[in-house]
Amino acid sequence: MEKEMKVAALCNGTVIDHIPAEQLFTVVEILDLKHCSGQITIGNNLDSQKMGSKGIIKISDRFLDESEANKIALIAPHAKINIIRNYEVVEKRNITLPEEINGIVHCPNPKCITNNQPVTTRFHVITYKDGIRLRCHYCEKEVEQNNIKIN
Amino acid sequence: MKSNSLVSISDYGKEEILEILDLAAKFEANPNQKILDGKIVATLFFEPSTRTRLSFETAANRLGARIIGFSDAATSSSSKGETLNDTIKIVSNYADVIVMRHFIEGAARYASEITQTPIVNAGDGANQHPSQTLLDLYSIRKTQGRLDNLNIYMVGDLKYGRTVHSLIHAMYHFNPTFHFIAPDELKMPEEYKQFCRQHNIKYTESTELEGHFDDADILYMTRVQRERFQDLMEYERVKDVYCLRNSMLDNTKPNLRILHPLPRVNEIDMDVDSNEKAYYFQQAQNGLYVRQAILTKVLGLNL
Repeated sequence: MEKEMKVAALCNGTVIDHIPAEQLFTVVEILDLKHCSGQITIGNNLDSQKMGSKGIIKISDRFLDESEANKIALIAPHAKINIIRNYEVVEKRNITLPEEINGIVHCPNPKCITNNQPVTTRFHVITYKDGIRLRCHYCEKEVEQNNIKIN
Repeated sequence: MKSNSLVSISDYGKEEILEILDLAAKFEANPNQKILDGKIVATLFFEPSTRTRLSFETAANRLGARIIGFSDAATSSSSKGETLNDTIKIVSNYADVIVMRHFIEGAARYASEITQTPIVNAGDGANQHPSQTLLDLYSIRKTQGRLDNLNIYMVGDLKYGRTVHSLIHAMYHFNPTFHFIAPDELKMPEEYKQFCRQHNIKYTESTELEGHFDDADILYMTRVQRERFQDLMEYERVKDVYCLRNSMLDNTKPNLRILHPLPRVNEIDMDVDSNEKAYYFQQAQNGLYVRQAILTKVLGLNL
């Protein structure tokens, strides 16, 4: 049986699928879609066999490069990014966590310079045996992955 | 911008740490060497710290440098709302090296990125104070004759005490065994224990002091501060438990030395001062030689 199309097909652009529903609007923010003039389709709380419910974003005529794609790795590590040209998937991008994250994550330390002076946040991704943490480049405090807050 | 700054103890690897300690030993043998003649050292203390400032300024004076700066943010233009960026850029026009202390964490790292002038971090909030760490290492090596394979006990406020955190990072090059003794409220944070596990550094944890450090080479005492406690009755109970007395040293090893970053309040009884194992006042003096070595190194000079 053919599945009902809840989100319109895309001619050219980027599809970001399998976004955890609760992170959808954070992804919108990270990619600064508010200032994107092309057509954007956003679906959320869609049924997903794998995830229960998911979000999806389709951006017309914009092709995310690797560094843009990696920005969402922190909050949606299992998202799928497909580049579409003429209704065909021409490229599947893998998301990998970058070694350094600039300007996206908020430092939770109120005494950190990034919360007191006009300084952009900067974090180093540290891999421990039991998971990933972000270390603030400035105040050197570490943030666990599940405590990450996006600016 | 890459510079010769010293912001965090992790900026230095093992070789650089040993280089500083060797240089400091030369200054201890002969403190008055005018190798900074004609240089200007700026000491920017956005937060007062008399002992650290005097130590750096004495170091600069003994090296023949001239000093500019301020000892309190109230007397600087930051009180008028000037950003750190602007203050550092202006002072960089005048000075060859900037020694700075700031209550904001990460201030020194940021400063080191906006100027080519070397920055020496003299403390940024609860974060880093690398000259203290290097003088701790110098004191340990001087009293033990080595840095490798030592039994180091850390006592008191292990939660907020930045000196103990930095010492863990610095000692990791030298295969230490750590023993953390603290009340539950002030236990060593998980992130530093994780660092130890990650690097196969042995450690134990305990809440009891008396009779529990007889195999120590170094006993590193820290101040248990009243304001750290939510329950003041708990503070009253704890403050005496973590007080070191002379009688507690009877069965300790002859090479044991007691360190403390100072100022002390009541965590070391005055009756310990006359014991030859008390080393905290000499430790503070060692800071002078280590700071001479730091100023020399960040300026790319040598003896």
